[in-house]
Amino acid sequence: MVNTFGTLQFTSKICIANTGTVVGPVEKDSPFADSFDEVLSLETEKEETNEQANTRMIEKACHWAAKKNHTQVDKVDVLIGGDLINQLSPTNFAARSLAIPFLGVFSACASSMESVILGCLLLESGNAKTVLAGASSHHQAVERQFRYPLQYGTQKPKTSQWTVTGAGFSLLEKDLKNTPVVTHATIGKVVDSFQTNPLHMGAAMASAARDTIERHLTNTNSKMTDFDVIMTGDLGNIGISILKEMFQDENTGVILQDAGAQFYGDDKFFNAGASGAGCSAVVFFSQIYEQLKKGAFKRVLLVATGALLSPLTFQQGETIPCIAHAIECRMEKRG
Amino acid sequence: MDQQQFQKIIDDKNPKVPYFMNILKAFIVGGIICTIGQLITFFYMRFFPFTEGTASNPTVATLVFIAMLLTGTGLYKKIAQFGGAGSAVPVTGFGNAVISAAIEHKSEGYVLGVGGNMFKLAGSVILFGVLSAFVVALIKTILVNLGVVSW
Repeated sequence: MVNTFGTLQFTSKICIANTGTVVGPVEKDSPFADSFDEVLSLETEKEETNEQANTRMIEKACHWAAKKNHTQVDKVDVLIGGDLINQLSPTNFAARSLAIPFLGVFSACASSMESVILGCLLLESGNAKTVLAGASSHHQAVERQFRYPLQYGTQKPKTSQWTVTGAGFSLLEKDLKNTPVVTHATIGKVVDSFQTNPLHMGAAMASAARDTIERHLTNTNSKMTDFDVIMTGDLGNIGISILKEMFQDENTGVILQDAGAQFYGDDKFFNAGASGAGCSAVVFFSQIYEQLKKGAFKRVLLVATGALLSPLTFQQGETIPCIAHAIECRMEKRG
Repeated sequence: MDQQQFQKIIDDKNPKVPYFMNILKAFIVGGIICTIGQLITFFYMRFFPFTEGTASNPTVATLVFIAMLLTGTGLYKKIAQFGGAGSAVPVTGFGNAVISAAIEHKSEGYVLGVGGNMFKLAGSVILFGVLSAFVVALIKTILVNLGVVSW
């Protein structure tokens, strides 16, 4: 592995062998819905609490990823994952029942790519043969922790985003044929652009995304047009337009996309679009992964963006620091 | 790119807040809620032995009860997204704040969950409501004693 200012180049062939994605009932109308493995019929999925439902989704997503690869979760060497709930309890509890060695990670909504980067490092160093990596979020559990009770009547501004109920996990293995390969990764910096509005996180996260993308392009000696798509996790409609403006590059139009802005289509009910660790995870590991596998995409940069705020720091008047982790995936010619 | 340039991009891209429409919607929704409240007051005065002064207590209780039904069925949230302050300021907004917190924290049990968190949002309404009532009453008492106004 070669490390250039936070951009890792993997010398071994690290493949995304398979993926598993599970989403909640609201997400069934998403334009990505056809690519999801499972859509729950209830937000709480027969569980008593939202947090338990989040745990159940993680377990299901891991089982899907393993099952599609004709293996069992208990044959996997390490599980790496994160979510947005205090002390990562949903992921910790899922790791309890999955009963394999587990690393919990947190970088808010960027946890999805942080997990994958750590998984790649474990494979690269030869310390694991198979790794399950991903992240999840649950709308109702997140609303309650970060905002207000679910039924509390408050007017949401046009900049606000809707946390996705979803879990996405990928199974990483070395030296496979006809599967997308993770060639590079860029570890994010915590960037603070002095934003204070927790209902406008796209603006806060845009500068973190810009920093990571710019470093990745410089360190890998590439330009935007080398990629089929550069997809950010959950900047939302407004956040992605801010990011495009920041690059001042005419190529950003089609190449630079955002999973959160596209997740709920044009539905105005969701205001600026989707957010959450589950948003980037389920989009990257469903449709983007499929497009890579089909060969429609040859080279993509997946940038998960996370706002590192808590209800406490925001009420104490702190600004919102953000982070973005990126992985570059390539699909070699079939055969 | 420095912070100033960045802030300028954000300000350019930020959607305009439709203040006028928000105020208009709040006026309509708040007005409708208060008109319903007034009708309930008339109802209690017409059919029960309440006076204009005493009818406010059952009226408030009735409105909070209606707010409870609307909160439980998920309708109040929708009204609030449209009405904004119009649905937050009347007593129904207070009811919604209490009831939504109670529903949310049911998962932690009745004592520590519902009991401990029910007034999480509405607590500050009670505190500052009582405080401002005290201050206003104090000012009026002083003015009455000075002979400026009468009770």
